[in-house]
Amino acid sequence: MRTLSTEIIRDTIADLAIKACMEVDSSVTDAFKTAAQTEKSQLGSYVLEQLIENYDIAKKDRIPICQDTGMVTVFCSIGQDVHLTGDPIEDMINEGIRIGYEKGYLRKSIVRDPIDRVNTGDNTPAVVHYRIVPGDKVTITVVPKGAGCENMSKLTILKPTQELSDVKAFVKKSVIEAGANACPPFFIGVGIGGNFEKVALMAKEAVALPFNERSEIPYVAKLEDELLAEINELELGPQGFGGSTTAIGLRVLVYPTHIASLPVAVNISCHAVRHEKAII
Amino acid sequence: MEGINITTPLTTDQAHELRAGQLLLISGTIYTARDAAHKRLVGMLDRGESSPFPLKDQIIYYAGPTPPAPGAVVGSIGPTTGYRMDAFAPRLYELGVTASIGKGNRSPEVVESIKKHGAVYLAAIGGLGALLSKHVTAVEMVAFEDLGTEAVRKLTVEQFPVIVAIDSKGVSVYEKEQV
Repeated sequence: MRTLSTEIIRDTIADLAIKACMEVDSSVTDAFKTAAQTEKSQLGSYVLEQLIENYDIAKKDRIPICQDTGMVTVFCSIGQDVHLTGDPIEDMINEGIRIGYEKGYLRKSIVRDPIDRVNTGDNTPAVVHYRIVPGDKVTITVVPKGAGCENMSKLTILKPTQELSDVKAFVKKSVIEAGANACPPFFIGVGIGGNFEKVALMAKEAVALPFNERSEIPYVAKLEDELLAEINELELGPQGFGGSTTAIGLRVLVYPTHIASLPVAVNISCHAVRHEKAII
Repeated sequence: MEGINITTPLTTDQAHELRAGQLLLISGTIYTARDAAHKRLVGMLDRGESSPFPLKDQIIYYAGPTPPAPGAVVGSIGPTTGYRMDAFAPRLYELGVTASIGKGNRSPEVVESIKKHGAVYLAAIGGLGALLSKHVTAVEMVAFEDLGTEAVRKLTVEQFPVIVAIDSKGVSVYEKEQV
């Protein structure tokens, strides 16, 4: 049994939140540089070049990439051989968010109640998903995600007799409906299977997967390639101004489901795909 | 891409000259207002109160910045999605606002209002907040300070880059998307 203070989790969360809002991975900027060279639309390439410059300024001058520094989703995988000590973990996760958003001059975008809409002033609470896993490590992934693209995400439950082509059609329809509102070029997470809440969670998890890797399941890897290519044929383009760069990455997660169900969820991320992971 | 320099205030005569797809570089004054500020402002107008900031020939920017770091004028300040202001925008165009700046497409009602009042809708690039902050040279709190990031701020901008998304004739850069 390993003992771990929740203070360490708090400090890790604060650092990850700041880093996620200021820096995208070099694999993302590389993908944008490649896209800027192949983009056919003049306005589209202008947008891509501006975005690349924006990532550089954000990282160098420590200014958030986007003013919408999001509602924070935290994925927390806790090894079953870890004994957590100190204040309750969820309080310390939120304390980490509070510290990070203050110290990093990040925007506080959370209201305490969906109806009375008074800002909490510190960007808490986060939405936390826990998982108990083998081992003695704690893995934390911080995903600050803006509302522009989160608002455009979709969920449906198809009939079990429908085909993979119907799943693809729903994903493409969701991308078309998201359009310029969700700040293309996108990173897209798709969940297929499970039930109502599982499929939405998978879609969010898929957004935080490495965008340039592929599923280990052959048909899912093929689906990821095909959907990405077909979405880029939609000609939505950077910022919806038209062009051949509509999505940079698309990942799919699948799960067993009920004989009567075929749930599909699409979580769309804007071009500023922000997630940072730490293993403690 | 070559940009066209414009200086505020923006008159309807000037707005008429603008065409969808053009890159504009705005210098002068623009006002930030997003969801909560629009709801409150239109509520005040409905009660017969006057606007706490000028509307005629003005440009409204749908934005809520991050707090400025020490020594900075403003934090990250990109556009928020325009459609959420669709219910309020025609009222403001009617009162003389000549341009709004956001991202994403607008409703047919907003396009009609733009045509009727000879105004425009401009798109700043979403997720460009760090770069756009470099084009803001001064910030002044104008109204609704209690709304925090959603308060109305008067920005002094220099060559602030935007695309003409919907021009005064109703031509839109998003047309392909609507097919």
